[in-house]
Amino acid sequence: MVAIRPTQASDLPAISALDARLTGVDKPDYWRDMLAPDRHFLVAETDSGTLLGFIAGEIRAWEFGQPAAGWVFAIQIEPRQRQRGVGSALFDALVARFKAKGVTRVRTLVDRKDHLILAFFRAQGMVAGPSLQLDMDVA
Amino acid sequence: MKLQTGTRLGLYAVLELAREPERTLSAADLAERFGVSSHHLAKVLRTLSGAGLVRGGRGAAGGYRFTGNRRRTTLMDIVALFEPAPGQRAKEPGEDTDIGTALQRVLLEVDEIAEATLRSISLETMLKPRR
Repeated sequence: MVAIRPTQASDLPAISALDARLTGVDKPDYWRDMLAPDRHFLVAETDSGTLLGFIAGEIRAWEFGQPAAGWVFAIQIEPRQRQRGVGSALFDALVARFKAKGVTRVRTLVDRKDHLILAFFRAQGMVAGPSLQLDMDVA
Repeated sequence: MKLQTGTRLGLYAVLELAREPERTLSAADLAERFGVSSHHLAKVLRTLSGAGLVRGGRGAAGGYRFTGNRRRTTLMDIVALFEPAPGQRAKEPGEDTDIGTALQRVLLEVDEIAEATLRSISLETMLKPRR
C-alpha cells in the first residue's frame, strides 16, 4: 500500500538522495526550502516507511499575469516502484490540496524533449496551457 | 496543423481498434464509421499491420484487431508511419540563404513542439475519458 503525507525535515536526506540519483544534481538546499509553510511538499511511502516518491508545488497568483494556479515544481518516483500508480496518487493528493485552497487550475513546466514526464502529465489529463515559455542565451 | 489523409485514417483506425482490443473490424466497417474511402483505409491498415499495431484482414471482409501496446504507443508512432520525418525531407530551394536559414530555425521550433505533443500522448491517454 502507498501512504501519502506532508514531508518532514527527517525525509529530506532520502528525498535529496533519490533526486540526485535521478537527475545527477545534488540540491539539498532547494528541497529544504520546499518545507516552507506556503509550499505543498508530499511524500509517498510504503507501510514500513520506505520512500517511494515525492511531489512539490505551490499556489501562485498573478504570476505571468495569470490568476491563481497550483504549480507542480517537481515529482520523482523511485524507478523500481514505477508503473503502479505512485505518481498518479501523489499528483491527485497535491491537486486535492490545491482545490481545498480554492484553486481551479494546475500548471507545470516540462522539458519538451523529456517525453516520459510529458506523457505522465498528459496521462493525468493535462494539456498545453495558454502560455509559451521563451528563453534567451545572454552569456 | 493539417495531417495527410493517410495519417488521419491511420490514427482513426488504430484508436478505434485499440478502444476494444478484442473486437475485430474490417476496413469496410472502419470506413463506414468515419465516412472515408474503404480502399484508402485498406491500404492504411496494411501499413499499420506491417508495423505490428494491428493484425488480420484476409480478404475484403477480413477483420482487423489491435495488437499493439496502448500504454507504450504514442500518436507520434502512428504519425511517423505516414509522414516524412522532419530531418529526412528533401532540401527546398532557397534554404541555404540567410533568410532560408532563419525560416528553417522557426519551422524547426514548430516541428519540435508538435513532436513533443504527439510523442507525449499515448493511445491509453487518448482513449481515457476526460476528467
